[in-house]
This record gives sequence, C-alpha cells and structure tokens, in this order.
Amino acid sequence: MGLARRIIPCLDVDNGRVVKGVRFVEIRDAGDPVENARRYNEEGADELTFLDITATSDNRDTMVHLVEAVASEVFIPLTVGGGIREIADIRRMLNAGADKVGINSAAVFNPDFVKQAADRFGSQCIVVAVDAKRVSGEDEPPRWEIFTHGGRKGTGIDALEWVESMDAYGAGEILLTSMDRDGTKAGFDLELTRRVSDAVKVPVIASGGVGSLEHMAEGVLEGHADAVLAASIFHFGEYRIGEVKRYMRERGIEVRL
Amino acid sequence: MTVAVIDYGMGNLRSVTKALEHVTTAPVRLTSDPEQIAAAERVVFPGQGAARDCMRAIDDHGLRDSIVAAAREKPFLGICMGMQVLVEHSEENGGTDCLGLFPGAVRYFGDDLRDDNGQRLKVPHMGWNTVHQTRAHPLWAGIDNDSRFYFVHSYYLETESPDLEIGHCHYGRGFTCAIARDNVFALQCHPEKSADAGLRLLENFVNWNGQT
Repeated sequence: MGLARRIIPCLDVDNGRVVKGVRFVEIRDAGDPVENARRYNEEGADELTFLDITATSDNRDTMVHLVEAVASEVFIPLTVGGGIREIADIRRMLNAGADKVGINSAAVFNPDFVKQAADRFGSQCIVVAVDAKRVSGEDEPPRWEIFTHGGRKGTGIDALEWVESMDAYGAGEILLTSMDRDGTKAGFDLELTRRVSDAVKVPVIASGGVGSLEHMAEGVLEGHADAVLAASIFHFGEYRIGEVKRYMRERGIEVRL
Repeated sequence: MTVAVIDYGMGNLRSVTKALEHVTTAPVRLTSDPEQIAAAERVVFPGQGAARDCMRAIDDHGLRDSIVAAAREKPFLGICMGMQVLVEHSEENGGTDCLGLFPGAVRYFGDDLRDDNGQRLKVPHMGWNTVHQTRAHPLWAGIDNDSRFYFVHSYYLETESPDLEIGHCHYGRGFTCAIARDNVFALQCHPEKSADAGLRLLENFVNWNGQT
C-alpha cells in the first residue's frame, strides 16, 4: 500500500452557487456549494476545489463566507482559486479555512508573486493553475500555450516551459486544465498531461474533459497525473466518487476507499 | 478544560482550530501567549513551512520555553512541522537545529525518489497514505490500523530510538510518521484534514489524560 491517487471534485462558484460551463461559456446551475461539499466528503472525495469563476470583489466576499462555512464541517483539504492576485487575498482565504490557493493569471503577470507566496505561506498551499491550449497545427510537433482570463487570452508562453519555471518558483502543485477539452467530456489531453507531469517534480492535477470512468483512469495511467479533477460528471450525478474509485482500483490504481 | 493551539505565525492554523472545535465543546484557543499556553490543559503544536523559519518564529515569539514546558507536563499533540522540530536536527535549509526533545533527525526525501517498481515519485509526498500503527496508543482508539491520512511534506523523520515510533508510513522508503512518548504524541500527517480518521484522533486527544 502506498500513496493514493486523488479524486477531486471541482465546484465552479458564481455568486454563491455552483455552476458548470461548457468550454467556460455556457453556464448551468448545479446547486448549493456547502451541500455539494458535504455530499462529496461523505462519498469519499480526497479534496475539494472551489473556483470563483467571476472573481469580482463582491463575489470574493461571498467566497470567503462560503469557504468558512465549508471548512467548519468538511475536514479534507480545500483549495480555492479565482481572482487570487495579492498576498492579502491568500491570507484571507487561508484564514477562512482554505488549505491551498490556486493562482492563475496573477502568476502570468508577475511570476515573482508565486515565489513571494510560497516564501510567505509555504509551497504546500500554493497551487499554480495552468490553462493550456494546443496551438500547433495537425502536422506539426505538439505545442501548447498558456491562456489567461478563463481561457480567453493567449499569452504566447509555452506551457511546458511555464510549468517548469513555476516548479522552480515554488509552486507546490500544478493544476493543469486543457482548454481544448474542458467541458467537452472527450477525455483529458493525455499527451499534454503526461508531458507536464513528467517535466515537474511536484504533483500534477489533471483537469478538463472528463466524461467517463475510463477517462479518469487514463489520466493516471497514461497522463501520469497524481490527481484527477472533474466537475460536471459529479454535479449532475452521472457518477459517484465511490464508483470512480472502485473502477480505478479495478484498473490497478491505488485509491483511498 | 481548555485546548491551546500554539500560534507562532507559521501557516494555516485555522484548519486545526476548526477541526478541534468540531470534536469538543471545550474552549479552543489559538494563542501565542505563554500564559495561556501554560494555563491550558492540552496543547496542540501545529506548523507548516520550512524548518528554519519555524524555529526562528518560535524564538521570535518567545515560545521556546512554553513549548518545551508543555511537552514535558501535559497532553501535547505535534502536527507536521510541529512534529519535526521536536527532534534534534533537520537537514532542511542547509541544516537547522531543532528543539531536541527527542532523539532523531529530519531528512529530505531526495530528488530521485522511486517506488518499488522503479517509478519516479513526486516530492512533496502529497495526498492520502496509510498509517501503520506500530503499537497501541489511546490516540489510535477506534481508528483501524492502516487507515489513510492526509500528508504533505518533503522531509521525513528518522529516529534511532525504536520505542519512539508509534506510526509508520511508506513512500519510496519506510519512515516514522508518528511518535509518542509519555504525554507527547506527534504526527507528520494532518489529522485536521484526514476526514473521519483524523477527527477521531483529535477527539481521542482532547479526551486523553496523557497516560499510556
């Protein structure tokens, strides 16, 4: 027996409600965050990730209260992302009961922010979220670029170079989302996931595209991911966490059951 | 009865406090005041971050004597860095002298850690791993042996004093993940983030009289 691969439900939050978009655009309501969190915990989720998808200042206050409410009754690691731009944002979320924060756009604008955050709070609570999109043509060697603003803005930065530099800057974990696959249910971008996971020394969470149990197992077996994150398949009850874990165990993956 | 959670500015102590409040009706005080620590019946010593920062923060807050005194006389629970700094030395930050309450050293997992099949393992060791209870202890009551707990660390404890070990874990190598002696129990993993098993351990702690 050894370390289990983690299954992480992701709750996208907009104005205090869980929502799920397809390719970050079409938004469907998926319920109350605290109720969702409680249910996932009971079903055996290994961690929870809350993503503030609008990240306005009003919404930030709502997120702080939400994190406080969840952290008072759910005792597994909680990650909060979306709109984390300053050291004060991190402190606020950690004080509310989050264990880790996800930094995305702010890391791109100022990579030193990741270093400062890791120095101040420890790498263990700094997750660098990376939204990557394949930019190479059909007959070219694969290349991915990182995008910001929920996948709307290209940066010209090579995704593999980026994750290596974030690893060196003190990221404790990489949350990797394939913008091509997010919300499509076509499965992870396994080539991207494997390349990123093999390139860094810290754990990688694969995200974007899960539509079946098979996809979850592939993320680990072929993508070399340390954890797999999914949203819609859990929110709308297509699969239960326990079902995913039992399937993964059948495929020879160590899980916490 | 009060439980003091020692606050010396290292990391996220809110989680520990919330989890303790969940398992006890007794007051839980997050404090850096030596008098409050001395007055509490039980003391929790958490910690995150790097060893040198931790030791520096303990001294900057003037808490070294309070921590040592609490670890000598009342039920005392060290968590994560709060376990590591109880031993003599850590090789983190080019070598850091720790509190030296117990024999042992803290070592880095290494950049080429591999599992039994030769597969590379990530560092930090992050996630849910099994904790083997090497001896019975009141804090293990009601927790199945080999239950999974949540870990996040890059350094592990090594002790040559076998009677100190109370829990063992495996990640590329076997290591001591929990120690206990007299009124002290300390563990590498995070009970406050380990769902039911972790909550049970915290509940056992707040009900523990410090005897084994």
